[in-house]
Amino acid sequence: MSEVTETGVPGDLARHPRTPESDTPVLEVDDLVVEHRDGGTGTLFRAVDQVSLRIAAGESVAVVGESGSGKTTLAMAATGLGPRGRGDIRLLGHSLSAVSRTQLRRLRPEVQVVFQDPHGSLDPRQSVRSGLRELRALQPERTSWIDDADLLGRVRLAPDLLDRYPHQLSGGQAQRVCIARALLMRPRLIVADEPTSGLDVSVQADVLALLRQIRATTGAALLMISHDLAVVRSLCDVVHVMYRGRVVEAGPCDRVFGTPENDYTRELLAAMPGARWRSRR
Amino acid sequence: MKASTVRRVGGRLASLFASLLIALSLAFLLGRLSGDPTATILGPMAPPEQREALRHQLGLDLPVVVQYLDYLKGVFTGDLGQSLQFYQSNTSMIADRLPYTLQLVGAGMALALLVGVPLGVLAATREGTWWDRGASTLALLGQSVPVFWFGMMLVVLFAVKLGWLPAGQSGSPRHLILPALTMSVYPMAHIARLTRASMSDALAEPYIDSARARGISTRRVVWRHAFTNAMMPILTIVVLQTGILLSGAVAVEYVYSWPGLGQLALQAIQFRDFPLVQAIVVFGALVFVLLNLLVDVLHSIVDPRVR
Amino acid sequence: MSQLELDPVTAPVSPPRRAGRRARTSAFWLALPLAVAAVAVFVLPLTGLLPDGGQNLDATRQPPAFLAGGSWAHPLGTDKLGQDLLTQFVSAGRLTIVIGLVGALVAIGPGTLLGLLAGYFRGWVDRVISILIDAQLALPFILVALAIIANRGSSLPVLFLVLALTGWAVCARVTRAATLAIRERQFVVGLRAAGASEPRIVFRHILPNLAGTIVALGTLQVGTAILVESALSFLGLGVVPPMNSWGSMLASGQDELSQAWWIAFFPGLAITVLVLLVNLLGDALLTHHDPRKRRR
Ligand SMILES: Nc1ncnc2c1ncn2[C@@H]1O[C@H](COP(=O)(O)OP(=O)(O)OP(=O)(O)O)[C@@H](O)[C@H]1O
Ligand SMILES: [Mg+2]
Repeated sequence: MSEVTETGVPGDLARHPRTPESDTPVLEVDDLVVEHRDGGTGTLFRAVDQVSLRIAAGESVAVVGESGSGKTTLAMAATGLGPRGRGDIRLLGHSLSAVSRTQLRRLRPEVQVVFQDPHGSLDPRQSVRSGLRELRALQPERTSWIDDADLLGRVRLAPDLLDRYPHQLSGGQAQRVCIARALLMRPRLIVADEPTSGLDVSVQADVLALLRQIRATTGAALLMISHDLAVVRSLCDVVHVMYRGRVVEAGPCDRVFGTPENDYTRELLAAMPGARWRSRR
Repeated sequence: MKASTVRRVGGRLASLFASLLIALSLAFLLGRLSGDPTATILGPMAPPEQREALRHQLGLDLPVVVQYLDYLKGVFTGDLGQSLQFYQSNTSMIADRLPYTLQLVGAGMALALLVGVPLGVLAATREGTWWDRGASTLALLGQSVPVFWFGMMLVVLFAVKLGWLPAGQSGSPRHLILPALTMSVYPMAHIARLTRASMSDALAEPYIDSARARGISTRRVVWRHAFTNAMMPILTIVVLQTGILLSGAVAVEYVYSWPGLGQLALQAIQFRDFPLVQAIVVFGALVFVLLNLLVDVLHSIVDPRVR
Repeated sequence: MSQLELDPVTAPVSPPRRAGRRARTSAFWLALPLAVAAVAVFVLPLTGLLPDGGQNLDATRQPPAFLAGGSWAHPLGTDKLGQDLLTQFVSAGRLTIVIGLVGALVAIGPGTLLGLLAGYFRGWVDRVISILIDAQLALPFILVALAIIANRGSSLPVLFLVLALTGWAVCARVTRAATLAIRERQFVVGLRAAGASEPRIVFRHILPNLAGTIVALGTLQVGTAILVESALSFLGLGVVPPMNSWGSMLASGQDELSQAWWIAFFPGLAITVLVLLVNLLGDALLTHHDPRKRRR
């Protein structure tokens, strides 16, 4: 946790009330297939093809792959937030195809998402405060553990940002607000879809440190989508490499990055940012 | 042709056909809801037996579904029924009036193009100047004025006060001047705005700058590149506006006592001659759908990707 | 009746570049005269300043005050029964403005709702609504409107029905497209993850984000409604005596064109100016809320 002290994170993040209690996997996906229909021609495009994925409680899993390989589609479909796919998805042991609407609504806050574009992740017509108020109204029990000012403190934002609107926030600030909103729900899985690629280089490290710290203190599992191998290595235990909708290689980070078995993985490793960082380490 | 193209064209045809069917059904429904036509024809005092006979003769005693299918069959074989008021075939009456409306619409549309396009080009090539503002305001004014009122004021000025031109009726080319001018106002404004918009979009494209940089003259750039870009929207609007005017020139025809379709529709409404109203609606719908189809065909010829 | 139609391609015509910033101030300066006019037609009759509106067969077809033969007793002149035209003009304006506003509301309301539903739920809901939109935009619905009037007779409810039928589709199409775009925004996914219900997302988040566009479309629709109303009333198919709108004043002016052109002149001019201001305002608002220029 060297970054934590470096950036002066208050230590009370450790008092987060939830710890992983069961060993049910947070997310299990078997043979997921997701197809997009092209609006113009009506042809089907298979964005995710026969993907299986398992995230244990508190585990940190990365999905890497080139642009358009289906990472976002996979993450959205696997968490039941995006397009429906074929295949079996179990969220905390509940099969998504079998749960009722009310059960689903109760399950949903267990998964929270942080996106690449922080401004697009906030309703432009809502101030930070009223956005949080809405989340509290939606999930009163889940969110009562902390007040707004403390919550912002945990993502290292000053409480006077509460009355700002999204367009009055910098990219980094907005991303922290997004992380705070996710944190408020005390999720068991955080999906981070390239959470730093929309940000200035100087802010990227801060946001990553924050994510790492939240993981360490809350025990939430992490599904990280990234282009940046350095990020993946420093944050994740397991990596899945996607190519054209398929997972071509999966395994512990060290193994996959150290001795890649698949030709595409090798190519990707050579091309991706962070490869140089790897050799320096 | 690629499979996707077939799909798209097929989808478009299906959508147009659905539109047509909706209009036909609406017209039929309104016809059924308009009360007992035998009362309109025979008067309220007619004996019941006589009415019953007429109902039978008109086919009104058949089940509604049968009536509907008969009606659809009639539409697709060109038989639009009989007028209650004129005791004539609706199809032949529409055919009689159509040439007058066509004349008016044709002349109006030609005028609209002749003035609207240059006005739009003027505004686009001098974007932000007073020329632009003037032309744009004029165009917006053309879309804001009740055109039939504009026609009335033309009558006051040129027929009543100055006595230069006839105030109404058809006959000589002189009779056509004022109605055609009136008719052209709205499409002219529309064409001007559209020309300006698509040309100034095109003029902002990077390839225009690069063409200029390569030393191609500004005039050539404007006409060869930017205007080509504006052609298709203009053509589209001309075709569609023609459809609108063909069926919707009621008020202008009324101002000038022009014996076209619009006047016929008005007469039919005033005399509650519902079969005739229905026939005109159906005719308008057919024309509209055909013109929409024409626009689609034009698009696929000009742009192989179709939009 | 060319102004009666709906453009099948009322794509908001692309606004002049660089205009986003100025739009807000110009919107204010356009709204101001409209507000003044609206207040005037409602307040003037209460002041007692208007001439007596009764018949006076000794003073028929008097020209307006500024023409030879006119007098300030009847600033806009009189009609064929000697009734004061200014008084008529003011009360007719009241009805015209009310019809414009209500006519826009009855078109924008259902249009927005259907567009939202189609854009948000997609699937068969979208397919059905899209077919209806296409049908409305691909057909001379004004003829259908005439048929309805032929059928039901002219009255205010029928007029509003016609205005709703002819106006909803443009709004539905724009709302549908905008909703499709907004639902892809990531904050919608975030809200779903927080357990927000679909109606909540649609009405509490997507609708407010469309508000600006809808207000702009509604403003333009006021102009369309006034023009449609004026044409219908002119033909005796909209507002009919004893009620009076600027459109129905044009109808009575039509018979008098050769003797008393001023009867038709002022209401027509008023409609033109009113609709022009409304259209300018609508364009300014649309520019202001143009998605391409947003992203503040
Ligand atoms: N709504 C959609 N409709 C049609 N095709 C889509 C849709 N969303 C994604 N796709 C297609 O599916 C494929 C996978 O997209 P996805 O967004 O999952 O890729 P990604 O790996 O997240 O890429 P990036 O790294 O650029 O974010 C792409 O080819 C994309 O074009
Ligand atoms: Mg992605």
